[in-house]
Amino acid sequence: MASTDTTTTGAPAAGSVEAGLDALETTRSSRTPWRRTLVDKVLPPLAAIAVVLLVWQGLITLRIVDDPTRLPTPGAVWGAFRHDWLQGRLLGYIWTSVSRGLLGFCLALVIGTPLGLLVARVKFVRAAIGPILSGLQSLPSVAWVPPAVIWLGLDDSMMYTVILLGAVPSIANGLVSGVDQVPPLFLRAGRTLGATGVKGTWHITLPAALPGYVAGMKQGWAFSWRSLMAAEIIANFPDLGTGLGQLLENARTASDMAMVFEAILLILFVGIAIDLLIFSPLERWVLRSRGLLVRG
Amino acid sequence: MATTLAKAARSVEYAARLEHVSKSFATPGGSQLVLDDISLDVAPGEFVTLLGASGCGKSTLLSLVAGLDEPSTGTIRTDGRPALMFQEHALFPWLTAGKNIELALRLRGVPRPERRGRAEELLELVRLQGAYGKRVHELSGGMRQRVAMARALAQESQLLLMDEPFAALDAITRDVLHDELTRIWSETGLSVLFVTHNVREAVRLAQRVVLLSSRPGRVAREWEVGIPQPRRIEDAPVAELSLEITEVLRGEIRRHGKH
Repeated sequence: MASTDTTTTGAPAAGSVEAGLDALETTRSSRTPWRRTLVDKVLPPLAAIAVVLLVWQGLITLRIVDDPTRLPTPGAVWGAFRHDWLQGRLLGYIWTSVSRGLLGFCLALVIGTPLGLLVARVKFVRAAIGPILSGLQSLPSVAWVPPAVIWLGLDDSMMYTVILLGAVPSIANGLVSGVDQVPPLFLRAGRTLGATGVKGTWHITLPAALPGYVAGMKQGWAFSWRSLMAAEIIANFPDLGTGLGQLLENARTASDMAMVFEAILLILFVGIAIDLLIFSPLERWVLRSRGLLVRG
Repeated sequence: MATTLAKAARSVEYAARLEHVSKSFATPGGSQLVLDDISLDVAPGEFVTLLGASGCGKSTLLSLVAGLDEPSTGTIRTDGRPALMFQEHALFPWLTAGKNIELALRLRGVPRPERRGRAEELLELVRLQGAYGKRVHELSGGMRQRVAMARALAQESQLLLMDEPFAALDAITRDVLHDELTRIWSETGLSVLFVTHNVREAVRLAQRVVLLSSRPGRVAREWEVGIPQPRRIEDAPVAELSLEITEVLRGEIRRHGKH
């Protein structure tokens, strides 16, 4: 049969085999229904919170801890929230800290990105400051608060400095490891397509390094937020505006344990919320579009 | 279409010309000669396969022709920058299939309004119309290699270099891609330099088979393949010539066991 095949009859035959193969081997992806998401993702953390609240209330009701200056009741903490909300101050506290944190983070992005590129691409710069940069990541940024206070005084610029010292190394290191992990095959393929020099960096290296960069950004935000809280606790002046760190410090000086809990919970929730609203979706989008996110 | 005319008018008598090309790499024990005095012409529109056992430096040779590396001695001339296809598809996972092709067009200087249409045409040429918006991970192995082929064709180079592009595919998919490659080659009039260690694949595809010896790589022998296309890999004449070439290849490999 094969010898009687001409191009006209042979080609459609090959084409139809091909179409069959394509259909067989194409993976279909579908979105999870929202009910599944509710049961798998939303319910478990809510259950965990409920258990914590129960244990907490139990400790007080059963008089295991019987000292409101050490452990307030959940109701008292709720009351502190309610009070600040009714006074219209709650959102103000949050906004003061969040705006500082995000602005500081954006500054860190502007500084950390070119710095990371420089370290990744220029051998001399890497040899000179690469090790210091990754070492700085393990230095808690709280350590920068005392010198920053002495250099800059107790004001906003001191807080931004501390944020930058915490976040810039993470962001730069994320980009460096992202660039280091770009598969050499992509660079070779890029070169044969004519992507060399700046074009190669823009079209191949940077997009290929994006997952590492986003991971660095995520860590950079966590560090920004921690540094800011440390700075706010120390730089506590009424005319600086009251952020969550100041709220915590004020609660401590007033020995108001319900307010202390309120401040800690707010710091925790805001940190989680920013991650859930900005960085996790960004990371998931980057990984999913590359087929790197395997759903269980 | 003006570019096609200009290329025809230039009328070079080769798509690639290798003259006395040698390549050695520095190793701890001195330098190791990988390719030794290779001279080879690929005529415009010709399909040549480079065949050899492992260690014959065939991939190194292709890198040299692609301009990714420099020969130690000798000269390599090509008509423009050749396109190169790898064993792995090497598609960029952050771009869709269509955008991968458009990137090649963009780097070649094709203006933005023309890119989309040209990319769709190329996808149609590899029979993947409708795959424009697909992500690389959503495509099967065979489809990925076809997109990679479309991306290589987007370079509009006169010479397509292929480095064992079908080695990682299953037999049925490979068969289909052989048909596709033969069809595209005859439709476009490209010159192809195709590297493989698979003798039947070499005979199935090529007009000329060049056998390289191993360590160092030298041109051991050449065969003109006179079997008319379309061929199938299981055709008797293909099998017959493959058998002959395999015997010579075995002889080449056997030489290395003697000392």
